[in-house]
Amino acid sequence: MRPLVLTATTVISAIGRGAAQTLAALRDRRGGLAPCDFQGIATGFIGRVPDVEDHALPPELARFDCRNNRLADLALHTDGFDAAVAAARERLGASRIAVVLGSSTSGILSTEEAYRARDPLTGAMPAGFDYEHTHEMFSLAHFLRSMLGLRGPAMTISTACASSAQAFIDARHLIEAGICDAAIVGGADSLCGMTLRGFASLELISPVPCAPCDAARAGISIGEAAGFALLERDGDGVALVGCGASSDGYHMSAPHPEAAGAVAAMRTALESARLSPADIDYVNLHGTGTRANDAMEDRAILAVFGANTACSSTKGWTGHMLGASGIVEAVISGLCLRYGFMPGGLNVAVLDPAFGANVLLHNADVPVRRAMSNAFGFGGTNCSLVFAAEA
Amino acid sequence: MMQAFIRGVSVCGPGLDGWAASRAILAGNQPYVPRPIQPPVPSILAANERRRTGAAVRLALSVAQQASEMADIAPGGIASLFATSNGDGAVVHAILQTLASDEPVSPTQFHNSVHNAASGYWSIATGSRQPTSCLSGGDASGAAALLKAVAAVEVEQVPVLLCVYDVPVPELLAPRRSTMGSFGAGLVLAAGAEHGALARLRVTYQPGPAPPDQEVPRGAAWRELAAGNPAARLLRLLESLAMGIYDDFALSLLDGHAQVTLDPC
Repeated sequence: MRPLVLTATTVISAIGRGAAQTLAALRDRRGGLAPCDFQGIATGFIGRVPDVEDHALPPELARFDCRNNRLADLALHTDGFDAAVAAARERLGASRIAVVLGSSTSGILSTEEAYRARDPLTGAMPAGFDYEHTHEMFSLAHFLRSMLGLRGPAMTISTACASSAQAFIDARHLIEAGICDAAIVGGADSLCGMTLRGFASLELISPVPCAPCDAARAGISIGEAAGFALLERDGDGVALVGCGASSDGYHMSAPHPEAAGAVAAMRTALESARLSPADIDYVNLHGTGTRANDAMEDRAILAVFGANTACSSTKGWTGHMLGASGIVEAVISGLCLRYGFMPGGLNVAVLDPAFGANVLLHNADVPVRRAMSNAFGFGGTNCSLVFAAEA
Repeated sequence: MMQAFIRGVSVCGPGLDGWAASRAILAGNQPYVPRPIQPPVPSILAANERRRTGAAVRLALSVAQQASEMADIAPGGIASLFATSNGDGAVVHAILQTLASDEPVSPTQFHNSVHNAASGYWSIATGSRQPTSCLSGGDASGAAALLKAVAAVEVEQVPVLLCVYDVPVPELLAPRRSTMGSFGAGLVLAAGAEHGALARLRVTYQPGPAPPDQEVPRGAAWRELAAGNPAARLLRLLESLAMGIYDDFALSLLDGHAQVTLDPC
């Protein structure tokens, strides 16, 4: 594929707001997980972004107000991202920039609160409840497009925990086909009862901070995050040089035991980048911390890369940000490329002895030429993205 | 200008039960009787998966299967894109009620609540390893999906199955989103005209509102449906395809629109 450049990026998660705070937390090995204190739920740990509750959207877009769009708005006003988009809008034209953003649950928390606040006599929803602008899946892309004064095509990609990685792939099609010259990609997912209690029902919430690839790993810690990238044909920045997607065709919520889908996504990404496995210096794993995912992914890494390529999951810092994982881990991969750094997995006491891949447990300061980032989701959908320091 | 050829088409909606039965109706040669239809249970789904799926997934899989069969493509043999404004509102509503009453969430309902449930069940039912995506463009889901699917065909030079569907959302969840009826449409899009293409689509994105006369279906009988269900906005495309006529039409996408030219082959 023809490389595309991430000419601006932004990120906000439990480990910080912006690239500098995120990098510092990774380097200092300061995680963002804390015991769950959200909505009366006390199961496991969460990666909560502070002060989302206190953030207000501009009055003219107040109808979009929900936790997910607040988180998105915080990211937008970080690392000069909004200014970079404004400059691109001047340069390319507002109708030539698409908005392709991933989310798995959009603003569902607002609806959860509305269901609890129904009139006890009539069952009526509270006044002012606005499904369309908060909870509906399109809300995030619609909100960002409105905030940024863009006039190009907009869509929310929702492929569960692969959403904001898949957004890169879908946006690339629009840019390459000439439908637009640039795209805002990335996405947001925010804490809500749906995912905290849904994953608990699947018995996938770890009672301790998640420890991806640890022998005693016991599940995920859910985090929230938002992040965006301005994807263009030319410019300065980290480049997207390869991408691959696949389906497991196996199960809605369990990964393929032989890792067939993950292997296919990674191999397709390498082929599209015209790279061999040895050209990849670091793989940022999907690495959720569940028994099944991490074992499957280890198997997939071994099949594609063998036992030498360095890899790790950064979810021990951020928690599993579900649909926002892809963009946050794309930004982290970009930091690894730019600063010559590989994070070793956090919270890992003992690496699973059954694993064969080269899972890093300690940070390493080494040049990284190219990094791969994996994101897998319910429905058995898999995405692998390959980033390089430059196109 | 990007283009793709339509190799297969399907439809399932009020009074429109499959392409073979609907073609004469959409062409205006048979009366339209908009009775609700029960989406057929997709034969590709294993019995245990059939029990786990709701109306939205069944509708999506039915139109996906029918469009694939018409294109003579093995189900799941090509990349796919699913598009739905609302996903499965009934499942989401059920979980929201559970959450409000502090009852335990059903694991099956939880994994069925993802927006890409249909795409997941499609790949499971067909054993597909192909790439798949799922999007929402709100009322403009059909427009966004058509832009994205034709772009994928153009860039990857591979066929793509497009499946656009929406079922009603429970009134409580979305009082101003009372989607009319259940409607789904499938298209198999390919880069070339070989294998018996029905028509060529050329698609651009244009800023500014869609010209109203280019968006509204010709058939007055299903204009209300086209306005009431996001997926049914594709009725203009479907009726032109059924008539076998050249058409230059538009699909609104917020303050812009997809401009589509349909050329029968």
